[in-house]
Amino acid sequence: MSFLQKISSNVKNIKQLEYSALAERTNQIREELRQGVRKPYGDVIDVSFGDPHRAGLKPLSFVRQVLAACLYPQLMNSDKLPADVRHRAQRLLESCVGESVGSYTATAGIPEIVQRLSEFITRRDGGVPSYPENIYISPGSQWALTNILKILVNTDGPSKTGVLISAPCHSITTLSILGLGAVPIPYYLNEDEGWTLQVEELQRALESAKKFCNPVALYIINPGNPAGPRHVQSTSSMQEVIRFVSEKRLFLLADEVYQGCVNGDNSKFVSYKKVLAEMGPPLSDTVELASFHSASKGFTGECGLRGGYVELVNLDPVVMKHIHTLFTTGSCAPVLGQIALDLMTNPPKPQEPSYPLYHQEVQHMRTTLAENGKKACEVLNSLPGFSCQPVEGGMFAFPRVFLPPRAIQRAKETGMQPDTFYCMRLLEEAGVLSMPGCDFGQKEGTYHIRLCIVIHKDIMENLLRHLANFHQKFMMDFC
Amino acid sequence: MSATRVPMLSGRHVRLLSPGRALSSLSATRRGLPKEKMSENGMMSRAKVLTIDTMNPTVKKVEYAVRGPIVQRAVELERELNQGMKKPFEEVIKANIGDAHAMGQQPITFFRQVLALCSYPELLSDSTFPEDAKNNIYLTTGASDGIVTMLKLLVCGEGAGRTGVMISIPQYPLYSAALAELGAVQVNYYLNEDKCWSLDINELQRAVNEARLYCNPRALCIINPGNPTGQVQSRECIEDVIRFAAKERLFLMADEVYQDNVYAEGCQFHSFKKVLFEMGPEYSETVELASFHSTSKCGFRGGYMEIINLDNDVKAQLTKLLSVRLCPPVPGQALMDLVVNPPQPGEPSYQRFIKERTATLSALAEKAKLTEQVLNTVQGISCNPVQGAMYSFPRITIPEKAVKEATEKGQQPDMFYCMKMLEETGICLVPGSGFGQKDGTYHFRMTILPPTDKLKILLNKVKEFHQNFTKQYS
Repeated sequence: MSFLQKISSNVKNIKQLEYSALAERTNQIREELRQGVRKPYGDVIDVSFGDPHRAGLKPLSFVRQVLAACLYPQLMNSDKLPADVRHRAQRLLESCVGESVGSYTATAGIPEIVQRLSEFITRRDGGVPSYPENIYISPGSQWALTNILKILVNTDGPSKTGVLISAPCHSITTLSILGLGAVPIPYYLNEDEGWTLQVEELQRALESAKKFCNPVALYIINPGNPAGPRHVQSTSSMQEVIRFVSEKRLFLLADEVYQGCVNGDNSKFVSYKKVLAEMGPPLSDTVELASFHSASKGFTGECGLRGGYVELVNLDPVVMKHIHTLFTTGSCAPVLGQIALDLMTNPPKPQEPSYPLYHQEVQHMRTTLAENGKKACEVLNSLPGFSCQPVEGGMFAFPRVFLPPRAIQRAKETGMQPDTFYCMRLLEEAGVLSMPGCDFGQKEGTYHIRLCIVIHKDIMENLLRHLANFHQKFMMDFC
Repeated sequence: MSATRVPMLSGRHVRLLSPGRALSSLSATRRGLPKEKMSENGMMSRAKVLTIDTMNPTVKKVEYAVRGPIVQRAVELERELNQGMKKPFEEVIKANIGDAHAMGQQPITFFRQVLALCSYPELLSDSTFPEDAKNNIYLTTGASDGIVTMLKLLVCGEGAGRTGVMISIPQYPLYSAALAELGAVQVNYYLNEDKCWSLDINELQRAVNEARLYCNPRALCIINPGNPTGQVQSRECIEDVIRFAAKERLFLMADEVYQDNVYAEGCQFHSFKKVLFEMGPEYSETVELASFHSTSKCGFRGGYMEIINLDNDVKAQLTKLLSVRLCPPVPGQALMDLVVNPPQPGEPSYQRFIKERTATLSALAEKAKLTEQVLNTVQGISCNPVQGAMYSFPRITIPEKAVKEATEKGQQPDMFYCMKMLEETGICLVPGSGFGQKDGTYHFRMTILPPTDKLKILLNKVKEFHQNFTKQYS
């Protein structure tokens, strides 16, 4: 008998995602396909993760060229790489200890890169100042988020710490909160109004939570994942949130990793920090805010390099010291991830040799994303039993599927959540891997699926075709 | 005795947020708005949501000496030097962190070529790259990530049932930091300095017996080759530890990240897993073990852990826990693959690879010997042979007067010593109190990574400093 039967209850409380059964089955299907088993499709279309490269999109040439030169500096002697690439790599290597990307860096990141990040933030926010000492680069933004949560969550107190999160909300954050022994408190976004946020709902969630926990923070993702207010939040909505957290004395966690993906004609990304600054004192001097960004999303899409950062605003200086110590225990973020962040926030400029290709690649992705978003909405809304809100930002479509009672019954019989059941069928019969809405939180009795739309146009068309065919058959089978 | 508290340097903390930098300063000026309800000193009088009293109490106990106050001071001094300030030294030598590339060690060419090709595959058509450059294991973000994850899994219970984790003194402060953060009980067992930092089963027994009075010991951590001590455990010792873990029903965590760095004659690295399997089914099918390894290229954050005999349900929980991290950095994963599958004889890159590797290792062996020799000539410094890893952990005698002055200043005596060394010679080391040591003894940890000529200078400066320091405080 194993002596490790008893384990941390916090870990046990991290719920198992429904998605894991789908992922497992996908591996089996791929194996079956390899062995020549006949299926109505040649390969599984994986749109479950917000990972452009996994979905077949190419990385930005500029980014990869600079990384290659940093890894193997001999490349800088040849003229195979453009002059500005070589110049960037040279500068970056000079800022690395021992001129190697293999060395540890300062805890918060290579100082020159952190400095440039603060300049990027200032530019982005129209001059609102950003200070390097408030920025920490980490292996992906979630790592930094976990560190901030660690500071907020009181493990010794009489009641558990609560964190308000949107429903829907991407699953990793929910799992992190559970893993720390805290309680996620869902506030429901209004699907019928394009997933907008209503302050009354924030109020309701907060009041009901106070009975069983001590709420300390509000977490919001803008642009949303899987869906946010119109996928991109309006300034007035953001102001409401800021007033709310100030009044209720909550710490604001603003996850803005999708800020690079805004495609709607009427939407524009504005950071929480900028909105806060423009609201003036006392709010701008007192609301405690952590904003998160990453090189994994947007058109850079370098998820595997693990580069993200947090900017902290209006925090107590003594607490900042402890935050620093906490970050030191992780040594530092991977250097290549730090470089990806730097290149994302300081792309080639119009006069530079790499600019034409860079611009072309980014424009291509931008149009693909916009067109895919439109197409997905069109097709899904044309199918009876599907309803999809307009996608103006982020990387996903999160349509609602109206499942017939017989399908729900069958799902229960097999021990699956109804939307997982739908997704499993979709996988088996159409070869499409998506994520079921139950993993994100949704209103009781509603079902959704999440599809990544940052994929090749042709794959999108294929996917929608397979999905439409499958859906019509599914509805016929269960009506 | 756990890693002792090192007081923060006030007013010199480089990360301090200046209170004057309110977010609104720019916008208020621009908009010319009247300032609302200012208190006398001009600051808004409103308590913050997140303060020292409302933050997580366990995080307050977290310390990590390797990147602690002495390193922050070293960074400040570097800055001052760059600004032209005069100091009794020309450069700061950072012998505190085990970072080979930072000390000028060249990366292995083959590894870097493969990674460059993976980054930008268009280079595959480039003829300057050789052809051969052109799958129970979990990859992790550095070995630390794996270690912390396993600890997260293990720690549970309340009061006298709270999980206790056995760790050597001295130890690498990641363990004490992780245990503090998780609210686990740290159970210390002392390595025997007089016997070259060897591990004594009687001491393990003493530690676990005492610990059972106030906690529930569930795991035993061992670092082999050692950090900071550099000792390489004998095969016999490893067998004894395995038998002990089996008898006391402890989960074994074997931190083997320095397994490729063994120099001393007569010493050999034996993996816990190999020894376990060679002890036959009575042990190999029951003892639960996690072994950790890492790429020595620190900035890539590559590592892995191998789990043996873990209950399937627990393994599922572990997988779940790891998935919250999404995944470890891909270049680190790729590098880990290359480390464990280097070029083989006959392949184009083999010659160069073996040449680079041999050169690196023999240089380290030389430096290890040099360090031991020079430090042992100093009265008041006593250095055990550095058998492996990349550090030396000599014991130093600190005169009573210095101990007194340190205590009055609220500093650990060895921190006081190291700070003085930094200010006077520019050499940055980590005081032994950051790693734990027997009461009343003092040490420092230095890396043996600087290039040989720099190392010689460093060692002589340390010698000089120690002699002056002893004289000054006698």
